[in-house]
Amino acid sequence: MSGNVKASSLRGILAGRNAHIWRLVLVMVGWMAFMALTKYEKFYTLINFQTMASQFPEFGLMALGVMLCMITGGIDLSPVGVANLTAILMAFLLKALVGPEGGLPGYAIPLVFLLGALTGCLLGALNGLLVSKVRIPPILATLGMSELLAGVAIVLTNGNAVSKLPVDYALTINSRIGGLIPVQLVIFSVMAMLIWFLLSRTTYGTKIYLLGTNARAAQYSGLNNGRLLVKTYMLSGACAALGGLIMLANYNSARANYGGVYVLQCVLIVVLGGVSPTGGRGRISGVVLAIFLLRMLETGINRFPQISSYYISLIWGGVLLLVMVLDYLTNRGTRPGHGKSKAPGASAA
Amino acid sequence: MPESLLRAVGIHKSFAGVHALKGVDLTIMPGEIHCLAGENGCGKSTLIKIISGVYQPDAGVLEFNGKSLQKITPIDAILLGIQVIYQDFSVFPNLTVMENLALNSELSEKHKLVSWKRMRSIAQDAVTRINFDIDLDSIVGTLSVAQKQMVAISRALMFNARLIIMDEPTTALTRREVDALFRVILQLKAQGISILFVSHKLNEVFEISERFTIFRNGELVRTGQTSELDSAKFTYYMTGREFSEQKFIPGEIGKEPLLEVRNLTMRGAFEDVSFALRAGEIVGVTGLLDSGRSELALALFGIRKADSGAILVKGKGAAIRSPRDAVRHKIGLVPEDRLTEGLFLPQSIADNLIIAEIDRLAGRAGVFDREKRAREIERLVKEFAIATPDPQNAGQTLSGGNQQRVVLAKWLACNLDVLVLNGPTVGVDIGSKHDIHGILRDLARQGMGILIISDDLPEVIENCSRVLVLKAGKIVTEMDADHADEQRILAHMM
Repeated sequence: MSGNVKASSLRGILAGRNAHIWRLVLVMVGWMAFMALTKYEKFYTLINFQTMASQFPEFGLMALGVMLCMITGGIDLSPVGVANLTAILMAFLLKALVGPEGGLPGYAIPLVFLLGALTGCLLGALNGLLVSKVRIPPILATLGMSELLAGVAIVLTNGNAVSKLPVDYALTINSRIGGLIPVQLVIFSVMAMLIWFLLSRTTYGTKIYLLGTNARAAQYSGLNNGRLLVKTYMLSGACAALGGLIMLANYNSARANYGGVYVLQCVLIVVLGGVSPTGGRGRISGVVLAIFLLRMLETGINRFPQISSYYISLIWGGVLLLVMVLDYLTNRGTRPGHGKSKAPGASAA
Repeated sequence: MPESLLRAVGIHKSFAGVHALKGVDLTIMPGEIHCLAGENGCGKSTLIKIISGVYQPDAGVLEFNGKSLQKITPIDAILLGIQVIYQDFSVFPNLTVMENLALNSELSEKHKLVSWKRMRSIAQDAVTRINFDIDLDSIVGTLSVAQKQMVAISRALMFNARLIIMDEPTTALTRREVDALFRVILQLKAQGISILFVSHKLNEVFEISERFTIFRNGELVRTGQTSELDSAKFTYYMTGREFSEQKFIPGEIGKEPLLEVRNLTMRGAFEDVSFALRAGEIVGVTGLLDSGRSELALALFGIRKADSGAILVKGKGAAIRSPRDAVRHKIGLVPEDRLTEGLFLPQSIADNLIIAEIDRLAGRAGVFDREKRAREIERLVKEFAIATPDPQNAGQTLSGGNQQRVVLAKWLACNLDVLVLNGPTVGVDIGSKHDIHGILRDLARQGMGILIISDDLPEVIENCSRVLVLKAGKIVTEMDADHADEQRILAHMM
């Protein structure tokens, strides 16, 4: 394959500042080339790309939230819990709003998104308070929250799916703007742009990078660590809630145990995207690329009927380890120890 | 002339283009206490690692006890009787003193079964050699720094050590513990063991060593008898610069205090502390490690809470419950540990500089005014002479002195009235130390009130207009700079 030739001519770029991003691009281009050579007519169709663009936002949004928490040096393991509980509550609301003819009033969908996002913020704020005020390690606080929310969701639904929703909701979210761009993609893009702006153009972004680097120095510099953490977990909650609302449309139902694999998948996406699990480092472009990569791998593999979908985990895990090993190999050559000569946030500003 | 124990001649060592050692010599006699001094990055650590077999020299001759050493490994060095006590002591914090001491011989003699009785007797022998009184069953992690060091020394002695190298052993010790360490060093000398004592603290070099060697930028500058050395020469050899030691003469001192502390008490740390700081003054607070001086700094900055008493800012009571409250009252703190409390090492110098005043560089909803931000970064880098080719480089690329200037600049960007500095020049080389003192004096002359909390007595005496001495949490005396000297302050401190 052409991978080797590319690798040698791009060596300069690969060792540079955006090394991690370029490596992800390389892996993605490699996979796209492989799909082009083997299944061109089945993979490179508009409808295929539209389908992918409607599928990845549900976990992509959750991953964006996890990324923010990881930048502060924490983690959020509750996005699926938040998503499912929000979806269930909003499903109840939609059923209550439905008119006598089975239609929804015009304000219903905006209202659902507003209340859904607020629900996410509220649940995220609880996470944030547990982490910042009660000082429970984030991994435990959000795992506990995840179980708690799943429990609430089961009690509310007796473990059954909430279905027979008004069709207008799923139809609206599953429609394509101008017949081309899926609404799910628009929601994801808006949120991704907002987070990009927050991270690179506002004091909030700089503060959470510094907080994640050294919480003690942040306190000694007069930052309000508690408020920053609560804000971050709220944002993560809002992202997860929006993911839940998209799941509600994609499956046309809500249930306490939808999307169980997404929790760890989100963590892996974020790490694959170059966010440091110890905090303070990582960029949204890397995470978005990792989200695309995961979706393309999964969809690509599905184009081979002879390969069982059970192989997806295997290949996904393989890619993750491959990128980590590439990171290790290039870091070993160019930078002694952990010392990066350029500050990670440098190019974001 | 007696035969030397260790002789290193013309040692060269380079790392990836950096010439760390450029043909240095070092000779140590049997039973000698030799001090190796030099600023950070002068090559002392590299030479130690070559002597102990961690690195191989690129060129040069190394002789130990008359034998030439070629390509030795750390194990060879230990078998020859060379022991290094690093700053972190390399002890197992989760094991007991006995286990730490007996582990090596248990392993080297390949005992498969544990005999507690045998281990206890080995450990007991080790500690009695230096009259170290310790419960062998206590967990090493719970010991004080000084006790851990003694465990490391006892362990080093178990291998028939001929030469013990101590890498900046006094860094985290109180004065009393330093005295105890020096007594042990003299005992070792009496047993015929040579000590290579690595330090950049002038008074320690004078106090303990018989001969000295000073490196600068990987070269040997001077070696000789300590008795020939004085403080001006020492500084000159270390830095290649001459500094005139001048006492700080304050400019105009304000009438009303900027900061006043009344009967401030924190249980277990300090009690009934009262003093006032006026504009234009530099006040020193000094005391031993356990005198409560650090806690006082933290209380003034809102990180720890005082139990009773009052803090007044410009005559009005101020409730300082968090660092943000302190900054609102225009009080800043340069913390004790620059690396963990003052800086975000992997982040850019730019972000490190602006973090404290960050909200002033943004418009509505916290969106940066990017031009203002860039101008401010440029201004701070220039004003504080921070030596970097690009402020987007990480903070850890800076030297200790530049890092400390970043911490200072971070606060001075906020237009504060009062700056509290806890150990402002710990781990900073002499040249930068001088520059930092210059900055502080200028600030005082411009009308800031500065509180220096430090156990570096020459620093306090030289820079402060008044000195408060803390002992066991109480202010025992207050002296004018004119009447302060080291002996008098020490007499009050101990």
